[in-house]
Amino acid sequence: MKFKIAALAAGLALSFGAHDAEAQTRTRFTWWYGLSGQLGEVMESYCKNFNASQNEFEIVCTNQNSYDRALQNTIAAFRAGEHPTMVQVYDVGTTDLMLSGQYLPARQLMSENGYSVQWDNYISSVGNYYATSKGEMLSFPFNSSTAVMYWNAGAYRAVGQEKPPETWEEVEKAARALKAQGHACPIAIDFDSWQHWEQFNAIHNLPMATQQNGFGGLNAELQIAPLFRRHANNLIAWQKEGLIQIRTPQGGRGLADSFAQGECAMMMASIANHVAIGRTAKADLQWSVGMLPLYAGHNRTNSMVGGASLWVLKGRPAAEYKGAAAFLAFIAKPEQEQFMVSNTGYIPVTRTGFESIKASGFYDQPQNRGREVAMTSLLVTEPTENSRGLRLGNFTQIRALYANEMAAAFSGQKTMDQALNDLQAESNRLLRRFEQTYRGRQLP
Amino acid sequence: MTGARGFRRIDGEENLERRATFRTPLLPWLLVLPQLLIIFVFFYWPTGEAFVWAFTLEQPWGGGREWVGWQNFFEVFNSAHYWSSVKVSIVYAVGTSILAIGAALLLALFVDREVRGSRHWRVALIWPYAIAAPAIGMIFRFVFDARAGIFSVLNTISPNAWDPSLNGTHAMLMLILAGAWQLVAYNFVFFLAGLQSIPRALTEAAAMDGAGPMRRMRDIQVPLLAPTFFFLLVINLTDSFTNSFGLVDIMTAGGPARATDLMVYKIYADGFKGLDYSGAAAQSIVLMGLMVLLTFVQFRFVERKMHYR
Repeated sequence: MKFKIAALAAGLALSFGAHDAEAQTRTRFTWWYGLSGQLGEVMESYCKNFNASQNEFEIVCTNQNSYDRALQNTIAAFRAGEHPTMVQVYDVGTTDLMLSGQYLPARQLMSENGYSVQWDNYISSVGNYYATSKGEMLSFPFNSSTAVMYWNAGAYRAVGQEKPPETWEEVEKAARALKAQGHACPIAIDFDSWQHWEQFNAIHNLPMATQQNGFGGLNAELQIAPLFRRHANNLIAWQKEGLIQIRTPQGGRGLADSFAQGECAMMMASIANHVAIGRTAKADLQWSVGMLPLYAGHNRTNSMVGGASLWVLKGRPAAEYKGAAAFLAFIAKPEQEQFMVSNTGYIPVTRTGFESIKASGFYDQPQNRGREVAMTSLLVTEPTENSRGLRLGNFTQIRALYANEMAAAFSGQKTMDQALNDLQAESNRLLRRFEQTYRGRQLP
Repeated sequence: MTGARGFRRIDGEENLERRATFRTPLLPWLLVLPQLLIIFVFFYWPTGEAFVWAFTLEQPWGGGREWVGWQNFFEVFNSAHYWSSVKVSIVYAVGTSILAIGAALLLALFVDREVRGSRHWRVALIWPYAIAAPAIGMIFRFVFDARAGIFSVLNTISPNAWDPSLNGTHAMLMLILAGAWQLVAYNFVFFLAGLQSIPRALTEAAAMDGAGPMRRMRDIQVPLLAPTFFFLLVINLTDSFTNSFGLVDIMTAGGPARATDLMVYKIYADGFKGLDYSGAAAQSIVLMGLMVLLTFVQFRFVERKMHYR
């Protein structure tokens, strides 16, 4: 008995010792991310693969369950001096971080740690969102997407529009014909500003705000483009006509579910939904993907990137930055981009990544058909002042305002024009408050 | 509540005797120190911080703050959204409290009368209190779903008759029902305890005099429950103002069009989601003031009219 215990103790001591020894030689650094569910598992595999690929560093990854929480918790931790080395921050959190100045610029981090990065290899409509007004990237684009139109080809075949249409005029015509055949939901929308407002302005090359969408300074003022005003009024009219249904998670079934179950025949959503729709679609659903529709007579500009980027925060020991740089170099490799693209619905972020994925025949596989549309949409033109991104403060609140004002308009509490005017006025109040909070600071 | 009255009676000679039991004045302080420390760390410290933030514009990443005086409060009070939030909070609090107290009283009276199976009902009725608000929210979201839930029957009778995702009144109704359901269990426990502490002799004497069950409820049991009523009213109102967050977050996220944007939810949305720490801090201070006022009014004016025993 005594011997057994002694042996056990010795064994434990040895195994702990061994573990300790290994951990000591490796430099630890931390990463907080916001993706959850299956996407969270993909993030976790990145960490495992990185740790297995070398023995100098150990990345410790923590899932924060949502983008919101990843940012909130990081800020709270930062204020207490307990923040992670690296954090995943969603697109509209970019402005806050840029102004805070509490990050290590991507270029500085990589050059100080001996990596040379070909910055122009990043797809310009992706990289520019996270870059200064002069084009220097401050964070690393990571999981990226853009909005596309999902089209129920099977349903629309009945009205002679099997291919996803190019223009809103054609969408309207097809939806009306489908409605005439008794279809309850030709088009589904929700109150998400990203695909319904921000992307609409980008592809029509219309500004969201003055000062080049805020890149030029914190005194930017939000505008409602006349074309968007016309479009929003059309949406209301189409809803009254029965061409459009509102599908929100609060209503029981969101856009993606409604489309995948074949209830609604068209929706606009992130390309990241592609994989989930492929997996959950009703057995006989025939669907395809098209670029977001334009109004006739307008030229298409590139759509905006969405998703998140990786920021490295100040105030950690230098050794951790070596590890962070190694990890960022690791995920930028083409095979890692391939890993992301084949396990999620996200897009490659570098030109070489895109080329190698395309060359591998990825987009010809039946389950991936249509995913190249996102790339086409992002690469249509070089980004313009209106399509490279947004630099507007308090933008999470502005998105919430959009949702509330749209809900008010669609439930008949106010006219669409009133709702848009209120949206503009309230948004500008938020922008002024933001400007005052950061008085004297300049966007990099 | 009765405890507070008890202490007041100690004032006087009794009080002196009690003090004499501690040899040094330090000991009692040492004994309450852990409790004070907890209150300080989890209440006074954060509240103090909130006061500072409410009078400044705080940068989320802690890069600095600018002193702005009463500006945050002016902005809060000048915002139509804030007042609509106050309004819906009151509707929710009053609706939930009335419904929860009424339903709980009815159930407690039935169980107290030992209707068939009351033993089992008692256990079944206490359970809901142990369920977390987000879980309740999830369940009720399915129940009230306009397309697949139980309430979707209304839509099969007449299309678009029920849609909490677009109709603010429906959304509020749904939230009140869920909130009340959660509180009924809590109230039930108190009412049942209250009913069982009413001396049997009173109800039996009334029965001997020929009073039926309804009469006995109206003239004896319910009036004698007045202190319980009062206690539950305070708790229910406060709870509806401050604890409704979980339900709102899961069921409506404050929508549609701010119809269920309760004050606590607005604080969370502005502060944590919107990173407007200062605006949210000012709103918390206002909410705290309101809670203090509400409780004060209730104890000062309502409790006086209650007679115990």
